Amino acid sequence: MSNLEELQARISKIEKGGKDKYHKSNEEKGKLFVRKRLDLLFDEGMNIEDAFFANCMDDDLPSDGVVTGIGKINGQDVCVMANDSTVKAGSWGKRTVEKILRIQETAEKMELPMVYLVDSAGARITDQIEMFPGRRGAGRIFHNQIKLSGRVPQVCLLFGPSAAGGAYIPAFCDVVIMVDGNASMYLGSPRMAEKVIGEKVTLEEMGGANMHCTVSGVGDVLVKSEQDAITYAQKYLSYFPANFRSKPQAIEAKGAKPSEKTINELIPENQNAPFNMYDLIDQTIDEGSFCEIKKKFAPELITGLARIDGNSVGIIANQPRVKGGVLFTDSADKAAKFIQLCDAFNIPLLFLTDVPGFMIGTKVERQGIIRHGAKMLSAMSEVTVPKISVIVRKAYGAGLYAMSGPAFEPDCCLAFPNAQIAVMGPEAAVNAVEANKIAQLPEKERAAYIKQKQDEYKENIDIYRLASEMVIDAVIDPNTLREELMKRLSVYAAKNITFTERKHGVYPV
Amino acid sequence: MQEIKASMAGSVWKIVANVGDSVEEGQDIVILESMKMEIPIAAESAGTVNELKVAEGDFVNEGDVLAIVE
Repeated sequence: MSNLEELQARISKIEKGGKDKYHKSNEEKGKLFVRKRLDLLFDEGMNIEDAFFANCMDDDLPSDGVVTGIGKINGQDVCVMANDSTVKAGSWGKRTVEKILRIQETAEKMELPMVYLVDSAGARITDQIEMFPGRRGAGRIFHNQIKLSGRVPQVCLLFGPSAAGGAYIPAFCDVVIMVDGNASMYLGSPRMAEKVIGEKVTLEEMGGANMHCTVSGVGDVLVKSEQDAITYAQKYLSYFPANFRSKPQAIEAKGAKPSEKTINELIPENQNAPFNMYDLIDQTIDEGSFCEIKKKFAPELITGLARIDGNSVGIIANQPRVKGGVLFTDSADKAAKFIQLCDAFNIPLLFLTDVPGFMIGTKVERQGIIRHGAKMLSAMSEVTVPKISVIVRKAYGAGLYAMSGPAFEPDCCLAFPNAQIAVMGPEAAVNAVEANKIAQLPEKERAAYIKQKQDEYKENIDIYRLASEMVIDAVIDPNTLREELMKRLSVYAAKNITFTERKHGVYPV
Repeated sequence: MQEIKASMAGSVWKIVANVGDSVEEGQDIVILESMKMEIPIAAESAGTVNELKVAEGDFVNEGDVLAIVE
């Protein structure tokens, strides 16, 4: 065999990955081969691959179970690591870990986005001394991720398990896309849980994709297939620049989705009646541009990337249709991360406010709603990207603050004509202030008295009074919201501020 | 069978379906009142209302079963 024939023979062998039976069992689960996944992910395949020959002296460990390299997504170079679950279930040996570290370090030096295609059983326990505890051990993967966080976008596509320590890869990514039925994350497997703590539970209940995307919030996006996961990742990355130094690229603008109802017709005058905030978002953004994050987790608050006039924007909107749009511990958590994500990569923020406040009661106090709410305020407050606050209907109590109220230096605070801004709503306020007086009145006079006091209260918090006091910057016709935002975002794009000088805040996490 | 559960603590303001009604996915069964807001609680999939477990005015906690849809 000539030199070149030997090279070709070795390449062909390694390219095939692990044994046929593992390819077959993956196929039965709807799982694609790692190289097929990469073909679908990149515009035109992977351009550069390093350490293809890692561990090639061992025939059973082609590429040591992970593919690392660089290719283009939406025309932008992106670094990738992708587990090969046909090789020892995608487990990590010494060279697997070193390969992951090197591609992360390339992403750091070149300031390129880092994408993780995860499908791995975790550490190879037989190799633990070489891959677990040391300076170039698996811990370093997470150290690198933390260092990369906010420097370059980090995206995780979860196609299979991400077990034990490996579960921290998704945890340190900006966004985690999970394939329903195949993806899972857990520190201890159900088998381990039964042995160690006596709990009997299925894998799906313990760490399935649906659980993580609806209950724990460790997952962000639940998809049906690997192709859907890849399509989402491509779309998601289109809203981002390559790193924190640059701005997102604009694309050709589109008009808003045509609708039968105007924004003004969408919003019920009765402050307490629900409406669907998605309908308002549709009329505000370029048609088809909404890329929602954590759709199924804490749905009382909507977070997602979108485009207005072709430009990236991050939307945080209360959803009165779910739990009245009240803020809970999970919604505050969800908002805090999304706000940090947009701020890190120079994506302007738009707050659409219709919030009765933070939830009250023993349950949420015990969950630490004050601490979680503080986290949201903290993230929102220190943002330096353009920040626009729109009071759609009501903004009561700390809800006003959390949704970027006037005290938190939004570039503007706009309000619709029937907006109400107050410590609390008229019903609650009259109840709080007049309770004793009401109790003393004869039964039949009470209703009229309450009505009178509520009317007085409403007059006191009238939106034009707040406009007169310059609490809000403009009262606008709801049907002109999109045009208003286009004008303002184009001016605010020049914003260049530093929040404050310090090492970092002490966050209320 | 699906259990229609309260999404948050509050009181039952209106019951908008009757036992025996067939309901569609997303159709409201009960409207709670909490934090001064109307909180509609809808069926997750189509079915027939088999049982209503609460009456108007009842206080319910998050997770309490309000109705059963078969």
